[in-house]
Amino acid sequence: MQWNSVGEFFAMGGYALYVWGSFGACALLMIAEPFLAKRRLSEVRKSLIRERLADELELQQRSQ
Amino acid sequence: MRQSIIHWFKFASPQSFYPLAGRMIPWFWAATAAFGIAGLWISFFVAPTDAQQGEGYRIIFVHVPASWMSMFIYLVMAFWAGLGLALNTRVSGMMAQALAPTGALMAALSLWTGALWGKPMWGAWWVWDARLTSELILFFLYLGFMALQAAIDDPRRADKAGAILALVGVVNIPIIYFSVKWWNTLHQGSTINLTKAPSMAQTMLWGMLLMALCFWMYSIAVALTRVRAIILERERHTEWVKHAVE
Repeated sequence: MQWNSVGEFFAMGGYALYVWGSFGACALLMIAEPFLAKRRLSEVRKSLIRERLADELELQQRSQ
Repeated sequence: MRQSIIHWFKFASPQSFYPLAGRMIPWFWAATAAFGIAGLWISFFVAPTDAQQGEGYRIIFVHVPASWMSMFIYLVMAFWAGLGLALNTRVSGMMAQALAPTGALMAALSLWTGALWGKPMWGAWWVWDARLTSELILFFLYLGFMALQAAIDDPRRADKAGAILALVGVVNIPIIYFSVKWWNTLHQGSTINLTKAPSMAQTMLWGMLLMALCFWMYSIAVALTRVRAIILERERHTEWVKHAVE
């Protein structure tokens, strides 16, 4: 390992802005994207469940 | 032989692909985490300091995987789009649609990390050289594909129009790949070459390959999540979807 201290690690030999700017952007987007994809899936599932409940309710009312 | 043919067609239907994708996703996330941890460990703690670029070269561990994936996802997307156009299979078009945002994200990351690498090493965030310009065109191809599909209401027509755009755009991929050979560019040549030994330390190479595998598994996991959403959105009026969600 070439780091003598935590500070040295974060300084990245003077390239901190560039190195952390790159890794940070990747981390940010690669956390946001799965979150958005999962939300899209759960939204459509929720609306499908609502739709089915509405159908069931309608059937009940009709039978009464 | 007959058995395998039946299986292929079985999973070509949204109804059987939806649960299959759901079962596969956790495994791809596990692989993403495993390759990511190993790759980041090597990137920061094992790979030595570069003789010319100091610690700044460590951007390579995300720049190269993002660039590879941006090109590879495009090829996969065009393959599915083309398959959908030829065979009229429903899942193919959905796969192409699910891959486009992830491909666009990888192209954006490639350009962003490239700019952050270019500034300290070349003294410029951006230059209009062949490699950079063709990668920017790739990014716009992804955006164009998504915009075109979003603009057409009928999903089957949107698939067809998108497929033609995706297939025409494939010509850009070899241009990106060979741009550093065909033109005299500022961008350095390829680090890994099929015909000669890699021009970098063994540990750097391992870090890069592990990070590439991490990005690859990530792309599959997120695209499968998105394709599940697309399947439900498009098939919402079918009987099976009503029973698929509890």
